[in-house]
Amino acid sequence: MRPAGHGTSRSGRLRPARIGLFAVLILIALFFIVPLLWMVSTSLKGPTDAIVDTGWIPQRPTFDNFRQILSTSGDTPVFRWLLNSAIVSGVGTLLSVLLTSLSAYAFARIDFPGKGLLFSALITTLLLPSVMFLVPQFLVINWLGLYNTIPALMLPGLAGVFGVFFMRQFFLGIPLELEEAAYVDGANRFRTFRSVVLPLARPAIATLSVITFLAFWNDYLWPLIACQGDGCTLPPGLATLQGQFTAQYGLLMAGAVLAAIPVLVVYLVAQRWIVQSVTSAGIKG
Amino acid sequence: MTAIPGAAAPVTRGGDTQRRRRIGEKWYTPYLFVLPHLLVFIGLIGIPFVFGLWISLFAYDQVSPSSPFVGLQNYINLIDPQSIHFGFFWQGLWNTVLFVILSTPTLVGVGLLLAVLLNNRFRGRNFFRGLYFAPWTLSVAVIGVLWWWILQDQGGLISNGLKGIGITPPSWLSSNPWAWISILVATVWWTVGFNTIILLAGIQAISLDLYEAASIDGASRWQQFRSITVPSLRPILLLVVTLQVIASFNLVGQPQLMTGGGPPVNETTPVLLYIYNTGWTGRYELGEAAAMAMVVALIMVVVSVINFRFFASERA
Repeated sequence: MRPAGHGTSRSGRLRPARIGLFAVLILIALFFIVPLLWMVSTSLKGPTDAIVDTGWIPQRPTFDNFRQILSTSGDTPVFRWLLNSAIVSGVGTLLSVLLTSLSAYAFARIDFPGKGLLFSALITTLLLPSVMFLVPQFLVINWLGLYNTIPALMLPGLAGVFGVFFMRQFFLGIPLELEEAAYVDGANRFRTFRSVVLPLARPAIATLSVITFLAFWNDYLWPLIACQGDGCTLPPGLATLQGQFTAQYGLLMAGAVLAAIPVLVVYLVAQRWIVQSVTSAGIKG
Repeated sequence: MTAIPGAAAPVTRGGDTQRRRRIGEKWYTPYLFVLPHLLVFIGLIGIPFVFGLWISLFAYDQVSPSSPFVGLQNYINLIDPQSIHFGFFWQGLWNTVLFVILSTPTLVGVGLLLAVLLNNRFRGRNFFRGLYFAPWTLSVAVIGVLWWWILQDQGGLISNGLKGIGITPPSWLSSNPWAWISILVATVWWTVGFNTIILLAGIQAISLDLYEAASIDGASRWQQFRSITVPSLRPILLLVVTLQVIASFNLVGQPQLMTGGGPPVNETTPVLLYIYNTGWTGRYELGEAAAMAMVVALIMVVVSVINFRFFASERA
């Protein structure tokens, strides 16, 4: 079944109204696409051209901006930032999904003393504004001697509880009989979890991974606080570039393109599915 | 939690089979599942929860050699007009509230409008929906520097376009109200797609029968929107408004990167940016920043509760 809309208009009827609808849709589409195209266009222009050449297609297209900011001998560690972003987002997502799934399974399937209390404690923190944790998290990270390290950039994200609720919700919907069968075959809880529950939870895991990856990749305020120099990720790095290369818009947009391209490419490939993931996570969250 | 009928397998005891421990299962098995996440949670949310309050009672900064206990002084600074933080903190808080007031109706309203548009049946619907949502996947750092560039006086896309048709553009980022409008437009561009897809999902969950009955009764599309779509959408609207208020309260990256918190004196510095500036620039006054954060967090919780009550009572 196609997810058809159900307004009163049917295709083929009311031609002028159709044309009007498309005109509006395309106008709005331009609003969303033009800044992205301009970002790419600027990133391919030399330092003077960025300001002087006002055309969409660069008159003298060049990859110099990318070459300059990515070169390891240059004065900006963009390559390191990119690498850090990839590690923090990749490893962070993997760990986060693993930790929250394990925890969620116990909350969904096993009774244990203190479960209710623990669960309420987790729920409560979900409602607390993140601003109140900034200073104490920063100090905890400092005391652990982790300032400006990869773990420092991941830990607050790993402590988050959204995944626990999201995965628990999904686990509750898995028929018990499937786990029973594994148990009868002699599998213990961990075996059951690994070989029965996790494979069944693949759609939920995929959804959670997308949300978590985006959160790690795009995080700005926490890395701004918890890292410096070449220990940072790309988003706070962009702020550094902005301060360092005043009015070198081509360079800056090259940095922005590097931060934007990975997510936009993944988004192009899996667009419909990502939209569904965010919708379901948004509504459940 | 009640037992699920038919779930009682012979190998387990009791009616509430699967959630109980199984025969031979150690008492600590469930804790092993919970523990890895719990440890990180305790270290980075549990302890900071208490510790944030504690540190706000100290004159803690990274410059002074000692950090004496000062009781409520950090809080008193926020209500003492003599304190250097007084004016900036309240201006920041007002700026944030202003942004919440401006952005919530805009982002929810535009989101609803786009959702209604996308609810029509037409070719390429998923394409348009995907395009409107795309900027949401970007970091605030990207959208901040991108719009900063687009809105530059010299060489900026919008100013160039306006000059091209003979209009003298204002200084978008260094004069008010344009600075606020710029931040608002950039935020709409960035996040309205999120509200749109949530509201669209809500609209699509409304039963078609309601609309059919209404059309038979001769209701116009506008009447259908007002008396079917909006009321049926109320729980989703509550969700979107609540999420939007929280998101707008957290405004920080857009002004930091686009206006630098200006024009001239802190006119677009939201309270979160002021907290950042207090704790992580200049004198690194972390104790004072923690106190400000507590006040802001309290306000956010109160606003969320009021928000929820308001919608809950309207629904009754």
